[in-house]
Amino acid sequence: MDIFLQQIINGLVQGSVYSMVALGYTMVYGILGLINFAHGEIVMIGAMVALSVIQLLTGAGFPIFFILLISLMLSMIVCMILGYSMERIAYRPLRNAPRLAPLITAIGLSIVLQTLAMMFWGREYHSFPLLFTNDSVHIAGAVITEVQIIIITVALVMMGGLLILVHRTRLGRAMRAVAENPSAAALMGVNSNSVISITFVLGSALAAIAGIMISANYGIVHYLMGALLGLKAFTAAVLGGIGNLRGAMLGGLLLGLIESLGAGYIGDLSGGFLGSHYQDVFAFFVLIAVLIFRPSGLLGERVAERA
Amino acid sequence: MRNALKRFLIIDKRNAPNQKRLAWAAFAVLAIILLALPFAIDGLFGRGWVRVLDFALLYIMLALGLNIVVGYAGLLDLGYVAFFAVGAYCYALLGSPQFGIHLPFWIVLPLGALLACLFGILLGAPTLRLRGDYLAIVTLGFGEIIRIFLNNLNAPINITNGPQGISMIDSIHLGEFSLGRTQEIFGITFPAAHLHYYLFLIFTLLVIFVSLRLQDSRIGRAWAAIREDEIAASAMGINTRNIKLLAFAMGATFGGLAGGLFAGFQGFVSPESFGLTESIMILCMVVLGGMGNVGGVVLGGILLVVIPELTRHLAGTAQQALLGKTVIDPESLRMLMFGLALILIMLWRPAGLWPSSQRRRELIAPAPPSV
Amino acid sequence: MTSPAATLLKISGIEKRFGGLTALSDVSLHIQAGEIYGLIGPNGAGKTTLFNILTGLYQADGGKFLFGDIEYAGRSKPHILAKAGIARTFQNIRLFSNMTILENVMVGCHHHSHTGIWGAITRHKNARNEEQQIAHRAAELLIYVGINRAHHMLAKNLSYGEQRRLEIARALATNPKLLALDEPAAGMNATETDSLKTLLQTIRNHGVTVLLIEHDVKLVMGLCDRIAVLDYGKKIAEGVPSEVRNNPAVIAAYLGG
Repeated sequence: MDIFLQQIINGLVQGSVYSMVALGYTMVYGILGLINFAHGEIVMIGAMVALSVIQLLTGAGFPIFFILLISLMLSMIVCMILGYSMERIAYRPLRNAPRLAPLITAIGLSIVLQTLAMMFWGREYHSFPLLFTNDSVHIAGAVITEVQIIIITVALVMMGGLLILVHRTRLGRAMRAVAENPSAAALMGVNSNSVISITFVLGSALAAIAGIMISANYGIVHYLMGALLGLKAFTAAVLGGIGNLRGAMLGGLLLGLIESLGAGYIGDLSGGFLGSHYQDVFAFFVLIAVLIFRPSGLLGERVAERA
Repeated sequence: MRNALKRFLIIDKRNAPNQKRLAWAAFAVLAIILLALPFAIDGLFGRGWVRVLDFALLYIMLALGLNIVVGYAGLLDLGYVAFFAVGAYCYALLGSPQFGIHLPFWIVLPLGALLACLFGILLGAPTLRLRGDYLAIVTLGFGEIIRIFLNNLNAPINITNGPQGISMIDSIHLGEFSLGRTQEIFGITFPAAHLHYYLFLIFTLLVIFVSLRLQDSRIGRAWAAIREDEIAASAMGINTRNIKLLAFAMGATFGGLAGGLFAGFQGFVSPESFGLTESIMILCMVVLGGMGNVGGVVLGGILLVVIPELTRHLAGTAQQALLGKTVIDPESLRMLMFGLALILIMLWRPAGLWPSSQRRRELIAPAPPSV
Repeated sequence: MTSPAATLLKISGIEKRFGGLTALSDVSLHIQAGEIYGLIGPNGAGKTTLFNILTGLYQADGGKFLFGDIEYAGRSKPHILAKAGIARTFQNIRLFSNMTILENVMVGCHHHSHTGIWGAITRHKNARNEEQQIAHRAAELLIYVGINRAHHMLAKNLSYGEQRRLEIARALATNPKLLALDEPAAGMNATETDSLKTLLQTIRNHGVTVLLIEHDVKLVMGLCDRIAVLDYGKKIAEGVPSEVRNNPAVIAAYLGG
């Protein structure tokens, strides 16, 4: 029971990070129908920038809360600028190009960002400083650390905020209009270019936060961390139904849970044949199974073929 | 190159005789160049570049296989390297000390291709009704699943030898004649790299031939129709699922074939060679070269093998020569240039360097009369 | 003109719902072999939905239809129905726009030709012959529908009226018994509509039954042997044009009364 609960907690923590990153994929996909393959790298850059800021400010005697706030702000700003310029440079010129062209520029960007990060921060694993006491809460035999509580809380607040933004505000309405039909939205006076830019900026801000969250949870930062995380988050977005915000949140949480429960129990399930390194296999099998039965993901709208 | 080849492969009876003669002449020149290439490269740049050439041919085969799936049928496959892995491991397991089995390559190679084809069908059958990007992520997942299994199937029973991979794989050989060592034929010395070049060239030409023939056939038209408008295609009586499955199976077969050749050439396989990066690299070749166009895909394959090698040299030596010292770590600079090249080429030519002839025809076709 | 021929298509009690919206309720029609049958009704009446069920793009929620000797529950795949002999065009033209006009029509020949992978690669004698026959047939059909253009021209470069004709040629290439046309005259001028009318009559005279959705009332009245009127997913009238024209329910539906 306590192991089960522990795996649930770990899964929720991991899952909320996936959800935050998945939102970035899903927002861009919803509006442009484009897989922003470089999104994972933004998460990594966010973590790296935060790391540098924290390292810079730590010795100077500032209160921890202040350091955290500054590093968060700066890493969000850097990521937002990055997201914005990415769209301007690599995606906007290709908006009417064949569907796969922006995929290749995204891959190119991904390589460039990884390499730049490697040149800047080196190839080694950095330990991400512990910002809080290592206090933890015990619930029914399971342990949840303060950092994990904060991660889940922040993620929930952010996701709630995003939903309100998209569904209750003028900007959100414009975003949904552009997603539905860019040219009609333009005719109605929506500046679709700026809406698209804002989408990228918002997704990048979430990515920055997610980057800090995951680094704080594992205590490690590495220049290649974005690739696998991005892949998982994209999987989560598809699992939930890509283009659907609630789907990305649900998909992320589910993927986190599936992974951690899978890793915990896969050995028992397969009679000891498969070890916990099959965790990823488990996640992908679930994804494939879900898509076979629900081809548009869990919450994706069933696109009636328009004949 | 493509036109000459095409003219040779698909002899057009309506062609005037001297046009035909011209085509034959072009073909002869091309053949001589291709035959002499390894020696020229060896002499000019060194043996290492002949091996680069061999890899380029392998990647061209892979890119052409993926081109059937992505370029012809319009299905985005992000896990194509899985089929490459299946072919390679099939060869490795049946021709190495791993199990002590040493089957000849003319059995193992087709077996690997067949097995890859089977995997293609197994993956495609349940998933091909998914829409574009959903299919992409499922194929990606499949690729990762294969890789993870290869990585971990060393316990409890050791099948794949895990991350260490399988080494001492039999070289490609026919009886006593092995491509793995230098051979002398008619007084000419052929080093192993050269021998593999000729073998790979034969297979590459075969794959090109099959690709061209398929493209211009009833099956190829059905693929194009599905790519253009799947609903209209099905309403015209095309069984879209079967036709897509056929594309998947063909692509997988080529992947498996290239995999077997890779294992025999390299003498060593490990899961590391079959990651997502490889899948993406092959996709880049297809898209960057010009999806759906055999010539473009060949060009893409050559470029994406040669550019990284070239930048490796430029990043190191040229930096030394120009600046007198190494400012940026050559490996980083190489990746940076590679990433930038991908972005710039795509921005410059969104349809690829050498787009399919349909796009070209579109430019030639007369403008529609105003209604 | 309509000798009491056999029923080609007998639709009985077809239902279709989209969520809470009932698009078709209990629609039944009989179409005789060799007639031109018109399907009219205000926008959103369910005409195209019925087409989509007949051609397998939608699945019916109830009812069935008998085509030839075979009964369908409205759940068959599109290619099965195409093979059975129902071919269609689309309201918002759906050509293979980056393929040549000849290739477009040749795709229509797909299901009654057989060359597989092996034939495509080796190009043995049968494969070559079949390919030639298909190309020949496609070229004939292009002329038949009145497109006199270079065969290698891309479909998307045709004029609007020609694109509609190309869709008809492509559909005819499947050797249909029933040709279902979804607003073929939409966007055409009077001359084009006129020659379309002639074309449809020719097609019928060559033994293909025509099912027509059309808004151009003049065209429908002048061309169709019989007409059915749909409104809000229900059949409100059926009969020869003169009857339908004077049917009060039809007038009400069109005038919104």
